[in-house]
Amino acid sequence: MPTTASSDAPQLLIELRGVGKSFGGLPVLTDIDLRLEPGSVHALVGENGAGKSTLSKIIAGIYTADTGELLVNGEEAAFGTPREALDRGIAAIAQELALVPGLSVAENVFLGREPRTLGWVSRRKLRKEYVELAKRTGFTLEADALVGSLRTADQQKVEILRALARGASLIIMDEPTAALSAHDTELLHGVVRQLAASGHTVLLISHFLSEVLELCDTITILRDGHLIRTAPAADETEATLIEGMLGRTLGSVFPPKPPTPTEGEHVLTVTDLVGPGVNGVSLSIRAGEIVGLAGLVGAGRSEIAHAIYGAVRRSGGTVEVDGVECGPSVPAALARGIFLIPESRKEQGLVLGRPIRQNVTLSNLSQVASGGWVRPSRERTQARTMLERVTVAGDDRRNVSALSGGNQQKVLFARALQRARKVLIADEPTRGVDVGSRRAIYDLIVEQAAQGIGVLVISSDVEEVLGLAHRILVVRGGRVVAEFSGESMTEENIITAAFADPNTIESTRAS
Amino acid sequence: MSNDTSPQPQPAGIASRNLAQRIPWRSVAIVAPFLAVFIALSIGSPAFLSFQNVGNVLDRQSGILIVAAASTLVLIAGGIDLSIGATYMFTAVICGTVMVKVGGVAGAGLGIAAGVIAGLLVGIANGLIITYLKINPLIATLAMSFIILGATKLVSQFGKQGVGQIRVDFPEFRWLATTEPLGISLPTWIAFVILVILGVVLWRTTFGRYIYAAGGNAEAARLAGIRVNLVRISTFALAGLAAGIAGVVDLARTPSVPENDAIATTLTFTVLAGIVVGGTSILGGEGAVWRTVLGILFIAMLYNGFTLLRVDPLFQGIALGTIILVAVGFDAWSKYRTR
Repeated sequence: MPTTASSDAPQLLIELRGVGKSFGGLPVLTDIDLRLEPGSVHALVGENGAGKSTLSKIIAGIYTADTGELLVNGEEAAFGTPREALDRGIAAIAQELALVPGLSVAENVFLGREPRTLGWVSRRKLRKEYVELAKRTGFTLEADALVGSLRTADQQKVEILRALARGASLIIMDEPTAALSAHDTELLHGVVRQLAASGHTVLLISHFLSEVLELCDTITILRDGHLIRTAPAADETEATLIEGMLGRTLGSVFPPKPPTPTEGEHVLTVTDLVGPGVNGVSLSIRAGEIVGLAGLVGAGRSEIAHAIYGAVRRSGGTVEVDGVECGPSVPAALARGIFLIPESRKEQGLVLGRPIRQNVTLSNLSQVASGGWVRPSRERTQARTMLERVTVAGDDRRNVSALSGGNQQKVLFARALQRARKVLIADEPTRGVDVGSRRAIYDLIVEQAAQGIGVLVISSDVEEVLGLAHRILVVRGGRVVAEFSGESMTEENIITAAFADPNTIESTRAS
Repeated sequence: MSNDTSPQPQPAGIASRNLAQRIPWRSVAIVAPFLAVFIALSIGSPAFLSFQNVGNVLDRQSGILIVAAASTLVLIAGGIDLSIGATYMFTAVICGTVMVKVGGVAGAGLGIAAGVIAGLLVGIANGLIITYLKINPLIATLAMSFIILGATKLVSQFGKQGVGQIRVDFPEFRWLATTEPLGISLPTWIAFVILVILGVVLWRTTFGRYIYAAGGNAEAARLAGIRVNLVRISTFALAGLAAGIAGVVDLARTPSVPENDAIATTLTFTVLAGIVVGGTSILGGEGAVWRTVLGILFIAMLYNGFTLLRVDPLFQGIALGTIILVAVGFDAWSKYRTR
């Protein structure tokens, strides 16, 4: 049993033979054969619900397979707990990081395994061991920095270091870059390559196909709990992966843009808006126009959205809808026809423990109620109509938590569609959404614009902004630093403006 | 209950289809033990199912049921109110003091009004402190309960003639507890009406929806345009109001003013125990008034059974504590299992 990390990690060969798993009688995985070569980066791709997470959890010992066997270095292993898997050198890093924010980096890395002297934690030894570990792995993280003060990418490094400190040879990462900015994603990719180079095996679950193709040696495609194929990444392209995941070819990723409205009235006019994280933003959107808000994570894009929506205190500036000023509160914004689909659907969008139907009608209850009295039949009709428009099928009395990420996002769109709106702000509309649902969400955004609604799309995915928007605003430091439209809308221009030194903004600003 | 007066007739088939599959078995967990104990006691003690015994239990539980139903709303909205017991005693003392000082029919009327309004004001104060001063509800209402208990003693100085307790044994007031429309005591009726109103509010009104949303995910509710603070304050105000009504009603039943901090503490604890045993989540976002009613009656029935079967009352606390642990443990287990 390895207890310390080493740069030449023990070679660990994991094999799955005929693995199957079902929940409540429903098979989620059927007859999976998989071989994870030591020292390789192996990707699992598939739509939400294809069984990627379940498969990784079986390997990590969180679930136990119903059928088939799991072989570690050729001998059969049965993990009852993640702890047993860890003892064999398998560690999983979850999407929600499990760190103690109030402790330092070194303390988190050795949490539960602190070097002791007579029962007391030896801080000196702890530091020394951490420095050794960091040196071996090439990670540069201040030992004494508080984990709570680190950016997400660095927190992920702490998680990885912790796994290495416990002697992990196989590290499973579930959507590690979903919450990262482009810069941090690059950093994490470096970390993954480093791990592979030092003999560790990485099992990566990701929705970002370009990331998978660039980073991985081998890619396994899952669909509906079946293994479609495992092939070297060099033999795959985005198109072949999508085809494998969907079982059909996906037309274009983005729907055709509706014609650019150059004449129409401005539905939204924001002037000199100041608020927390927002330092004087002016922008306007025409009826039927899709405006993209690009920039790095932390640049202030969501903050601008929240300030427009009245969800935070404004300390200056005005927001006008159709020329009429809109007060600084959410109910006022809703009344004037602004609607925000927030960045995090689980934390800011949905009440997960309540039925789908009630989540759809939540911000429009007055429409299905009279005198404070909810009319069940009216609510049912309304919710069903909207859910049909956003293509969410099934019983809408189920809790919304039962839906996949893509369908949850569609529920938020169903909420947005209920009232005739003038402005729709969609913050990261496709984060954590599978490929199939992504197109459906793009269609909804374009459909809204075609109906004369002004749409503001916020996204970290530059391709997404380029594919959807008529015009793109780049945000940095709570300000709009550049605007691109037509020919000047290129990935390079946007990235340059997003990263640019504040002194050179003027030169990068498009004419 | 058919409160749906909507013009469109509903297709009946959809609601009744695969009913058995739709029943969330975890959420009816309180029903099984309730029925089991009910049946066991009916068999074990012939006195249990008598009209007199059941009526007696309900009459005695009326105050606590009123407080518990309103507290359920507080819990679902994501709060908790530890001051309800103190408020209950405070309102009884205010009611009694005003009655003794003014006297007669006017005194009884003023006393009742003063008690109920005092409860409402305490509730609003709780709500304002928690939402606007952003103090954790557990701490805020704990602190408030000490303040209220102190204020109770202060007020009772005025009501007392010499030493002893405030006595309010006036017929102008006692009718509140002694009248028995249709053979059932008035406090039972009052509790019944309040329970139905609160249950329906939670179940069918927009306010009820907002309560669930505020407790289930406050940030999502806020971004959906719900005035979460207002919803929270309203639930605390309702809890205070309910404590006021319960304090007055129970004062009419036992015409001397309770003046013992232990009464306040016991009431708070029993109310919370009943809510939790009923299956309302202490974390907010889920629960129902009918669950709390079953929870409170379950505890009352158990105590009643102990008395009827002449079990040493010593074991009551132990039994109740065990039941709470089993109830909450079952809840956690079934959540874990279905994950």
